Amino acid sequence: MQPKAKNPKRAEALIAVMMLVGVAGLVGFGVAYIMVTPDWVYGLTLGIGTLSLGFGVTAWGKYLMPQGPFVEDRHPMRGTDEQRERFSAAIVQRGGILGRRKLLAGIGGLGMAVFGLIAAIPLLRSFGPLPQNTLSETNWKKNTLLVDSTGRAINVTDVAVGGVVTVYPEGRQNTDEGQAIDQTILIRLTTQDYITQPGRESWGPDGYVAYSKMCSHLGCPVGLYEQQLELLVCPCHQSMFDVTTGAEPIFGPAPRPLPQLPLFVDSKGFLRAQTGFDQPVGPGYWTRS
Amino acid sequence: MTTLENSPQKSSNENVSEKNQFGRIGKTLDELDDRLGIAKGGRNLLDKIFPDHWSFMLGEIALYSFIILLATGVFMTFFYIPSTDTVIYHGSYVPLQGQRVTEAYASSIDLTFSVRCGLLIRQMHHWACDLFLGAMVVHMARVFFTGAFRKPRETNFLIGSTLLLLGIVEGFLGYSLPDDLVSGTGIRIAFSIIESIPLVGTYVAFFLFGGNYPGPSIIPRFFIIHVLLIPLIMLGLVTAHLFLLVHQKHTQFPGKGRTEKNVVGTPMFPIFASKATGFMFMVGGVTALLGGLAQINPIWQFGPYEASKISYAVQPDWYMGWLDGALRIAPSWEWSGFGYTIPLEVLIPGVILPGLVFAVVQLWPQIERRYTKDDEMHNLLDRPRDRPKRTAAGAAIFAFVTMLFVASATDVLANFFHVSLEATLWTMRFTVFLIPVIVFFLTLKITQEFQKVPEGGRRKRANVVTRTPSGEYVSTPAAPRPGDAHHELDAERLPDLLEPIPEPKEDEDGMPPTSETGVRNIER
Ligand code: HEM
Ligand code: FES
Repeated sequence: MQPKAKNPKRAEALIAVMMLVGVAGLVGFGVAYIMVTPDWVYGLTLGIGTLSLGFGVTAWGKYLMPQGPFVEDRHPMRGTDEQRERFSAAIVQRGGILGRRKLLAGIGGLGMAVFGLIAAIPLLRSFGPLPQNTLSETNWKKNTLLVDSTGRAINVTDVAVGGVVTVYPEGRQNTDEGQAIDQTILIRLTTQDYITQPGRESWGPDGYVAYSKMCSHLGCPVGLYEQQLELLVCPCHQSMFDVTTGAEPIFGPAPRPLPQLPLFVDSKGFLRAQTGFDQPVGPGYWTRS
Repeated sequence: MTTLENSPQKSSNENVSEKNQFGRIGKTLDELDDRLGIAKGGRNLLDKIFPDHWSFMLGEIALYSFIILLATGVFMTFFYIPSTDTVIYHGSYVPLQGQRVTEAYASSIDLTFSVRCGLLIRQMHHWACDLFLGAMVVHMARVFFTGAFRKPRETNFLIGSTLLLLGIVEGFLGYSLPDDLVSGTGIRIAFSIIESIPLVGTYVAFFLFGGNYPGPSIIPRFFIIHVLLIPLIMLGLVTAHLFLLVHQKHTQFPGKGRTEKNVVGTPMFPIFASKATGFMFMVGGVTALLGGLAQINPIWQFGPYEASKISYAVQPDWYMGWLDGALRIAPSWEWSGFGYTIPLEVLIPGVILPGLVFAVVQLWPQIERRYTKDDEMHNLLDRPRDRPKRTAAGAAIFAFVTMLFVASATDVLANFFHVSLEATLWTMRFTVFLIPVIVFFLTLKITQEFQKVPEGGRRKRANVVTRTPSGEYVSTPAAPRPGDAHHELDAERLPDLLEPIPEPKEDEDGMPPTSETGVRNIER
């Protein structure tokens, strides 16, 4: 029955001091709030205030109140045998009233099931469009002009060897789609035409190669170009792509190369796409073939 | 002593309350009881006995940080604008002025810099989230390792672990709302993970995000899920959790006078109530100190989100780290054929693995029961060493998740140990499985060794050191006190009236009070 503190007077004094510090802290918070101070002052005053007040109240409970120990009986969770019997009887027997009319029970059940279905499907469908081809098609088409984030077209003379620019289809640089699935990274590897893979002989005019910037792992922007190693690195999970061989993944969890965008230089010297990407960009999904 | 039972009661007319001996308050309570019938249940609740053990505080921390999350969160909803429409920023944060940003980002910055206490509240919210999830994990560990989940408490274990799952999702959604550079990257990854599910993945992703990533719907949708849907579900589950806790009563560690059929401890009112209220304030105070003094998620430094930009600072909150690590070290095993693709390199670490971990944890009570065939009611807790296999299995699961977390830092590790990324990756791929096995057998061994130590690990009884007039020191065992393990006081029934505590006249032995550890301080 006795409280924990051997010297209650002293404990009471200590607790009173703690609680007073708490009150002072809270008043301090009020003053700071009215006077408008930096946020750390609010945090400090409020924190010290509530913390000491809390300490005091807890200590009061722990050291100055009777600690027992007291004992209380547990009552069994279960009911008596009779109660259990009666409960089951109600469910089973009265449930039988439902089961007796097989036809009605069947139709009723069917109705509930149909209700569930029609409630779920249109509801789901209202939440978004079907994917259709939005995952596999980008806005890169035949002759699309490459522009940077400010909308400026890229002239062959603009980028030095070793340089990189993030490019978008003309007019898409400020749109959500442009930012997400169209984003492409343009790298200048040399000054001669560059062939990354057999079959891509004309894709890299004047040493410019362009790859989708969406990581084939989980779609992070593959934003880091290691110029010395000619590697693109994805900061999310460290996948690395060798830009000289068609962005083959050489390290990390990315399963596929980044699709390459075939380029050409138009009559005014600006870079354009020959066609779109030859495969869906970004991470894998069920219907990606 | 007048006991309540003996006091005059029961008027002939049931609806008219007789004068009650407790004055104005008593009268008010009677009035309430006339209408609401609260007297019986209320008294029972006030008498409810709470076992005294520090580990029972962990759930409380979770509860209080949840309350802090609700309070700070509601504050922020008055300022935050869930919209991805772009605006030109004109607020008080100079480096951003004139930049095109989304309203979500602009309003988060304004909340941070222009609303009085805004930064404090934002940071408190984030710290409380970390505290909440951390407390839940540790609370779950205590429930797991002490066997508190056994019959009849399986349901509460399921509710609890569902709360943890919801908490993680909720934290992730909240992290996405400011629409800064870091948060957007997280959403991108989440979208791709959902996309990886065969057959339905793309549909689920499109319906959840309102179209292809990113689209204008994500922020408003995440907002309403974060501030309404999930908190509501969690509130319901927390209520159910606490209701069951009261209904089934607490578990307790074995000890003197403690049986499967009783609970020993201190009553709800006023003792537990003061301790708990004070503790709630303490949790609040710590959160306020963290929120005021420790910077967290500085969105103004990250800058606004642009899908084609990324920063090296991209780091998920700690509770997502294990998933990030799993995605990082999974081999690149994309399968494709017959015109279909299954991105196993995402599906396995991103969907199947967390699904399995949560399934094992959530269904643990059933798994263990199938194995032990134990159908008894358990109100007395196990000490972890008493159940070596369970303890070892729990430790192994914990080690596995921790190793995955470590794997989310392969680049940091490689830099730190000056080894190649390649070597780090392969090391992690093996150790993620190896370490849990080692931990399993090690824990098994340690727990079995521990079992041989009788009463090992318990707090010793205090000793009183007395200085005799001749200058000798004499050490004698102190009188037993509540909390001592070796010699517990006899538990008594809660009397009807907790009598006022008699103040001892003076310290009999003239010694200052003992400190917490039970060792006497000597002062001269
Ligand atoms: C919102 C999150 C949660 C809150 C607010 C919460 C709160 C609490 C509180 C205050 C208690 C009583 C004190 C204690 O035993 O620590 C408790 C008991 C319990 N909790 Fe939680 N908890 C949460 C999450 C969890 C989780 C994640 C689990 C496990 C999967 C869990 C399982 C249990 C069980 C089985 C009990 C009964 C333990 C006993 O009687 O000994 N809870 N909870
Ligand atoms: S998203 Fe690029 S490595 Fe994961």
